Amino acid sequence: MLNARALAATALLPLVANAQNQVNMSTGVSEAGAVITDLGVEIYDLHMLIFWICVVIGIGVFGVMLYSIYAHRKSKGVEPSQFHEHTGVEIAWTIVPFFILIGMAVPATSTLLEVYDNDDAEMSILVTGYQWKWKYEYLDADGDNVAFFSNLATSQEQIYNTDTKGENYLLEVDEPLVIPVDTKVRFLITANDVIHSWWVPEIAVKRDAIPGFINEAWTRVLAEGVYRGQCTELCGSYHGFMPVVVHVVGQGEFDDWMAAKKGAAAADAALAATELSVDELMARGEDIYNASCLACHGANGEGGLGNAIAGSAIAVGGLDSHLNVIVNGVAGTAMQAFGAQLSDVDVAAVTTYQRNAFGNNTGDVVQASDVVSYKEG
Amino acid sequence: MGDHHHGPAKGLSRWLYTTNHKDIGTMYLWFSFAMFLLGGAFAMIIRAELFQPGMQLVEPGFFNQMTTLHGLVMVFGAIMPSFVGLANWLIPMMIGAPDMALPRMNNWSFWILPPAFLMLASTLLMEGGAPAFGWTFYAPLSTTYAPPSVTFFIFAIHILGVSSIMGSINIIATVMNMRAPGMTYMKMPLFVWTWLITAFLLVAVMPVLAGAVTMMLMDIHFGTSFFSAAGGGDPVLFQHIFWFFGHPEVYIIILPAFGVISQIIPAFSRKPLFGYASMVYATAAIAFLSFIVWAHHMYTVGMPVAGELFFMYATMLIAVPTGVKVFNWVTTMWRGAMTFETPMLFSIGFLVLFTIGGFTGLMLSIAPADFQYHDTYFVVAHFHYVMVAGAVFSMTAAIYFWLPKWTGRMYNETMGKVHFWVSFIGFNITFFPQHFVGLAGMPRRIPDYALQFADFNMMSSIGAFIYGASQLLFLYNVIAAIVAGEKVSDEKVWDGAEGLEWTLPSPPPYHTFETPPKIEEQPAH
Repeated sequence: MLNARALAATALLPLVANAQNQVNMSTGVSEAGAVITDLGVEIYDLHMLIFWICVVIGIGVFGVMLYSIYAHRKSKGVEPSQFHEHTGVEIAWTIVPFFILIGMAVPATSTLLEVYDNDDAEMSILVTGYQWKWKYEYLDADGDNVAFFSNLATSQEQIYNTDTKGENYLLEVDEPLVIPVDTKVRFLITANDVIHSWWVPEIAVKRDAIPGFINEAWTRVLAEGVYRGQCTELCGSYHGFMPVVVHVVGQGEFDDWMAAKKGAAAADAALAATELSVDELMARGEDIYNASCLACHGANGEGGLGNAIAGSAIAVGGLDSHLNVIVNGVAGTAMQAFGAQLSDVDVAAVTTYQRNAFGNNTGDVVQASDVVSYKEG
Repeated sequence: MGDHHHGPAKGLSRWLYTTNHKDIGTMYLWFSFAMFLLGGAFAMIIRAELFQPGMQLVEPGFFNQMTTLHGLVMVFGAIMPSFVGLANWLIPMMIGAPDMALPRMNNWSFWILPPAFLMLASTLLMEGGAPAFGWTFYAPLSTTYAPPSVTFFIFAIHILGVSSIMGSINIIATVMNMRAPGMTYMKMPLFVWTWLITAFLLVAVMPVLAGAVTMMLMDIHFGTSFFSAAGGGDPVLFQHIFWFFGHPEVYIIILPAFGVISQIIPAFSRKPLFGYASMVYATAAIAFLSFIVWAHHMYTVGMPVAGELFFMYATMLIAVPTGVKVFNWVTTMWRGAMTFETPMLFSIGFLVLFTIGGFTGLMLSIAPADFQYHDTYFVVAHFHYVMVAGAVFSMTAAIYFWLPKWTGRMYNETMGKVHFWVSFIGFNITFFPQHFVGLAGMPRRIPDYALQFADFNMMSSIGAFIYGASQLLFLYNVIAAIVAGEKVSDEKVWDGAEGLEWTLPSPPPYHTFETPPKIEEQPAH
């Protein structure tokens, strides 16, 4: 008996160990008790209102049914009644639910109108879904936009169970979206290839990213913090691996971050004008490979969803055809045109890396200037 | 005539050439059960991969093939054909007709199904793999970015659509023309009513689905741009067309289930169905509303707010006729003299779980809240409560209820009850926790998930294995009954059963009601 209990306890251990199993929608309030977004709180309240109405109706319906199952059974010698209609009751249970629905529709309508109130935004960010990453572009009135890609940061080792999974497994990115606190931010959401959907539960924003069209959404986050979400529209093989991470920071910190971003962009542009050493190119190329190529082409260039790079005719063949694939993509396949996604330095670095890693010892060194001249034809 | 000697032909040709509604009904039922096991096997692979976080058994691309084929096979291969099989067996016997109105077409509408599914299943072996874009196959993932096998998928969908349309025309023609004298519309058993309305829905929306897949075919092979913004098209157009088919489709699945439940609950309550007329009107109202609510599947695509409001209000309205149905069933039980044989257990299971699915449906109709629910496991939980505990439970109830009539042999009641309880518990362990992970933020159709979802997913997988295994018990029980079940001596089988089919011998002869029965002057329900 005792043994059986111990066994049962062990079996239940994983359930008990993680006491933080969340069973309900995000309340819109942080653990510290601060409101994250007003809209999030309102949606949560609406959700709970409908939930409790359903619970009350459910108790009524199931209560009557269970009592009937208990009391009106043949084994108790009940003689079945033969009534089979009652106009008054039937009209009542058609009309009454109608009024209950109106009671739900009123708050739902006002909340929906708020969701759609995209006016008076203080800043705009263009969010573009790619297979399988997000691109964020801060739209600047002077045209000095800052743009970057946000890739999954969880390692393949963690995904394939050869390394311990971290706390934010699958919900971590290399570069998060950063927005200032208490600022109305408008998101312009679109996609480059297939339909994606941008969702952060805690700030209650979800909108489909549709190629060729731009959707609007907005938020005003009142509590600083890190908020995590995921793509919620099936977008291909790695749909489960394109998280959204939003850092909400104070205005000062945001300004510093923005200045640093602009500085880095300028530095990148400067870098494109210089010659890099092989080691610099290889190191930079490896990072880019891991972020942008590895999911399809494998950790060792062995291929997978995409073709193998190790020993491939393209990676060890003529440089122009290699650059063509990377810069322009391959139409009709999942191979994207990275010329529009990566800077010239990064294209140069990743091309160098692919031509020299995984046993592709071509010895070729590709510089940003080569990429520029390739693009210019 | 006078040529009454002919029973069924012998051997394979009996089944290949048959125009007999009972034979065709039997084939539909066996075929759909085979598809149920196949779709179930895909589900087991999905749940096994999701047992723990991390990728263990399959690759993400293959996982997507599994979710896609699971949905397609269950909807088009298991549930829909099973109810067509039920209609074939029962509608002629319930309205006092000798057979279906168009028996040769009946044969054809069944026999094009197996090749269609063979073709769909064969895509698993093709280069690039099977379709991996979900059973809703949203463009452009299903067009520009689809594997080459998508063309076979499109052709399979076309064939399934043709089969469904032919089956529906047959049902409409049968019900309208072949009722026994005196069987007015408002005396028809509710199962016949729900199928008549369902058949109209099918005839209305299957061509729309055919249009959608044809546009895909054109986009893929012939350079059109229906669903590509680059050529002036719109990916969202696909969703509008798909769901204009897709929402009526879910009622196509559930209305015949309502019909089944409306036959079984009165039988085991030994009391007439409460509110027969309002049941008919509610069914018609649901069918009408099903055409004007499709975009509630698309609240997040960026519709104008006026559109959102229209679809929200229209969707909420569905709660009214659906509520009427639930209230009617509960009131039918009220002050009856109930017994709880397996068909009744499954019907009560249906009633409880379908109502829960209805509640979550109401929650999902609320557009601003749906922004948080959309495409999460909350939706997965919702539609499995209405599809599995709704359609599949009612189908299971129907098999237990009419099997003794069809075969003249009784299934094992104890085993049937065990099947019910294991199914009921397994189902809830599988799908109830999915409400939690969905609300907590787990998207659907992902092969791997964040650690906070781990416990509930493990629970869900365990439940799925239990539910899946319990279906093997069902299969065994049915086969054992057919082969060696206790013979049924009584025509009625169940002492509360009402309707013309229960006036026939058990099993019924190969041809029944060659002379129309006399309908007594009392309500047939």
